[in-house]
Amino acid sequence: MSDTRHLYVHLPFCAHRCGYCDFVTVAGRSGQHRDYVDALLRELELERASLAGELETVFLGGGTPTFTALPELVRLLEALPAAAEVTTEANPETVTPELARALRDAGVTRVSLGAQTFRPELLRVLERVAGPDDVRRAVHHLRDAGCDNISLDLIYGIPGQSPSDLAADLDDALALEPEHLSCYELEAKPGTRFTHAWGAELDRQADAMEDYFERVVATLTGAGYRWYETANFCRPDAERDLRSRHNLAYWLGRDYLGIGIGAVTTIDGLRRRNSPRLGRYLEALAAGRAPERELEPLDADVRARERVMLGLRLDEPLPLAGLRHALDPAGLARVEQLGLAEDAGDTLTLTERGRFLGGGVTAELLA
Amino acid sequence: MDQSKIRNFSIIAHIDHGKSTLADRILEVTDTVAERDMRAQLLDSMDLERERGITIKAQAVRVAWKGHELNLIDTPGHVDFTYEVSRSLQACEGALLVVDAAQGIEAQTLANAYLAIENGLEIVPVVNKIDLPSADPERASAEVADLLGDDPAKVVRISAKTGLNVGDVLDAIVERVPAPAGDPDAPSRALVFDSSYDQYRGVLAFIRVVDGSFTRREELQTMATGTRFDAEELGFFSPTMTPVESLSAGEVGYVVTGLKDVSRLRVGDTITSVARRASKPLPGYKDVKPMVFAGLYPTDSDAYPELRDALERLKLNDGALFYEPEVSKALGFGFRCGFLGLLHMEIVRERLEREFDLDLLVTAPTVAYRVRERNDTELVEVHNPADFPREFEEVEEPYVKASIIVPKEYVGAVMELNNERRGTFDHMEYLSPERVHLKYDLPLAEIVLDYYDQLKSRTRGYASFDYDPSGFEPGKLVRVDVLVGGELVDALSLIIHRDFAYERGKLLVEKLREEIPRQMFDVAIQAAIGSRVIARETVKARRKDVIAKCYGGDISRKRKLLEKQKKGKKRMKQVGGVEVPQEAFLAVLSIGQGQKSS
Repeated sequence: MSDTRHLYVHLPFCAHRCGYCDFVTVAGRSGQHRDYVDALLRELELERASLAGELETVFLGGGTPTFTALPELVRLLEALPAAAEVTTEANPETVTPELARALRDAGVTRVSLGAQTFRPELLRVLERVAGPDDVRRAVHHLRDAGCDNISLDLIYGIPGQSPSDLAADLDDALALEPEHLSCYELEAKPGTRFTHAWGAELDRQADAMEDYFERVVATLTGAGYRWYETANFCRPDAERDLRSRHNLAYWLGRDYLGIGIGAVTTIDGLRRRNSPRLGRYLEALAAGRAPERELEPLDADVRARERVMLGLRLDEPLPLAGLRHALDPAGLARVEQLGLAEDAGDTLTLTERGRFLGGGVTAELLA
Repeated sequence: MDQSKIRNFSIIAHIDHGKSTLADRILEVTDTVAERDMRAQLLDSMDLERERGITIKAQAVRVAWKGHELNLIDTPGHVDFTYEVSRSLQACEGALLVVDAAQGIEAQTLANAYLAIENGLEIVPVVNKIDLPSADPERASAEVADLLGDDPAKVVRISAKTGLNVGDVLDAIVERVPAPAGDPDAPSRALVFDSSYDQYRGVLAFIRVVDGSFTRREELQTMATGTRFDAEELGFFSPTMTPVESLSAGEVGYVVTGLKDVSRLRVGDTITSVARRASKPLPGYKDVKPMVFAGLYPTDSDAYPELRDALERLKLNDGALFYEPEVSKALGFGFRCGFLGLLHMEIVRERLEREFDLDLLVTAPTVAYRVRERNDTELVEVHNPADFPREFEEVEEPYVKASIIVPKEYVGAVMELNNERRGTFDHMEYLSPERVHLKYDLPLAEIVLDYYDQLKSRTRGYASFDYDPSGFEPGKLVRVDVLVGGELVDALSLIIHRDFAYERGKLLVEKLREEIPRQMFDVAIQAAIGSRVIARETVKARRKDVIAKCYGGDISRKRKLLEKQKKGKKRMKQVGGVEVPQEAFLAVLSIGQGQKSS
């Protein structure tokens, strides 16, 4: 029961909702930050029993966690249980020397910066508030405050982006020597304002995604980074494992507790998703009740499928103990024959080409 | 009813020229149906017909007009049902030839008008839609009068929509159409001009009594098929079923047979009384044969029994539908079905999907070939290219007489198309200074590709088209096979004229390259004659297929996406490990063009 060692905390507030964003976010509402932190801490109290005595990771995601009024953010961080890795997401323009120090003092060990791109015109397309120099300044402020584990997020396939824009973004990101990089293709959800506005250009970008993805992997591994997960890269370091420990927990199928609106928890084969509605969330917790949740029981079969789906995103072999029944032997034989995976009996490893085709390979492999 | 007071007529019109509206108006002005009960286009009983604006199954309605009994016999409007049209016309003494005042005569109208003239019918020309701003009643009347060798003044100008002059049409029928000529005292004979099937009452035959009379409960027999049955009920439609004790010479009505299978009572057959048997059947009975063939497969192979049951039931009221079980290596278990033509095929497919809720994969349509293999003496009919021998002594393919009407500026375009389609020019005439009637002999196989679409697009929609089967002729044909990932896909084999084999083989593999999604490996697509590859394309392997991000909050969603991807794979037919989407099996339809202009 009480051995969940990973905690996710959702901070939904943002200065502005970017056109392409599909996370649970709330623009503005600075008047509610205090109530929200109160509610988070109440929810944590209610769930305390499911947490282990010592946590491995805490992750503050958003929204823009660092847009939360600083005293509230600090109050939250100080009240959260200690953990070996405490990450917060941050938007570059919010990172001041004061914030950097405050995060450090409150126990944050890792900061994930949403850089997205260094081209001003592409930042405008994404409706990002920050400029390229904000990213550079943010990294310096964090370094000055002693932060030695910084991750940068990049997005590719942005309307108007060219291959040379992407190459320049990768160079600009590498110049900042981050410990970790996440590179995502832009996912334009059908029916959104963003997709509507950029329709034809998004199609053009979709055709170029193959090249972009290959370029990202080639450039970053060429610069010495480890491609340890489909979209994630880290610097090899003799002293430290610079992979995101929190995210690894997801990919390894560990249990995790999520608090805050829209947050997802998976513990003991039960997944539950908090309602994304801020008002209802505040109301419930003010009354000492757990927030509304959607429940999704995960049977052994589903869990096994998820283990395969998530595990194959990593560069390490997937241990097959208990997972064989989730695999289709014919599909396995096919992907092996195509040189996309290697079955070592007790583990399964994707080849490099297999990793580029990970989704299709997984669909083929699952029974 | 006094035989001299009966008038039997049908309406000949192009789709959308107002046949159904005129029929509705006739029911109204004769007080057969009160206006408030008027369901628009009452005669078309099937939803599908109403949606497509066509009438598949003819029916007959009796109306009263100034002391006369008028029977309106509805005819199917499309080329695929020429035989049924001819039977309907044989049941009449007259026909209204309805032409749209804005559009003028179209090819289908012409074909059916000729059919009516051949059957000796009195034609009453009608120009409809004279209320439309774009109407040119003068031109349309002149065209019709010219066609019939008639005085333009005899053309009745109406608006079926507003009801204008509809009474004049009925007067013209009474005045000009002769009364039926049969002998009321002769041994009884009736023509079956249509039939339908009711699950409670069995087969219902629409008949025109030619000689003698029929009474309820009498034992009857068909003369061509020899089927015996009792006349469980006799009657007419007005517009609902109205039972009577007897039907006599000249009358049109229905007989409820209690038969459980429409194939035992064929359209065109003659019904006689067992007690007062006629010695000779009425002329013109023909066993209709399917002209166009295609494989029908359930998308989900588990649905095979459902498809079989559905075809069985459909066959009950579609005597022209032919089917037999077939096995494809690529598609599994299905049926090879035969149709009168492309429209008939389309209607069957839609009915299977709509009325029986089936998800179908239909292979590209093909025609019946007659092949004589080496050391054989007889020609054998082949309905599936996959059964076509790779080596043979001789082969024949079906031809049609095609009739095309176009504005004169498109004559060149039509001739070019017909030349590409191996057509032979037969005849050309001017219907008016602006409009030309072209006649060609064309292989049917060239039409079942995308001929109609091409004709429409090259004439900006102005051409109208009709055809009539004209028998088999020898052809220089070869079988072209398609290999995907090195494996022969039987459902993609096709028969092509030798002179076009390379060109179309190339177009086909190009088209398939577009239709087959990229896979995790390179896929070769080849067209081959025997073991000789004549065209080749490659679908390059995908280089990326990943879900961009996947964290704690969206694992469920991403898992479902993956499961959907997995299901999508299952829905596609696997051919040699390659996922081939349904559209690919129809790729051949768009390669009919003789040149690479697609």
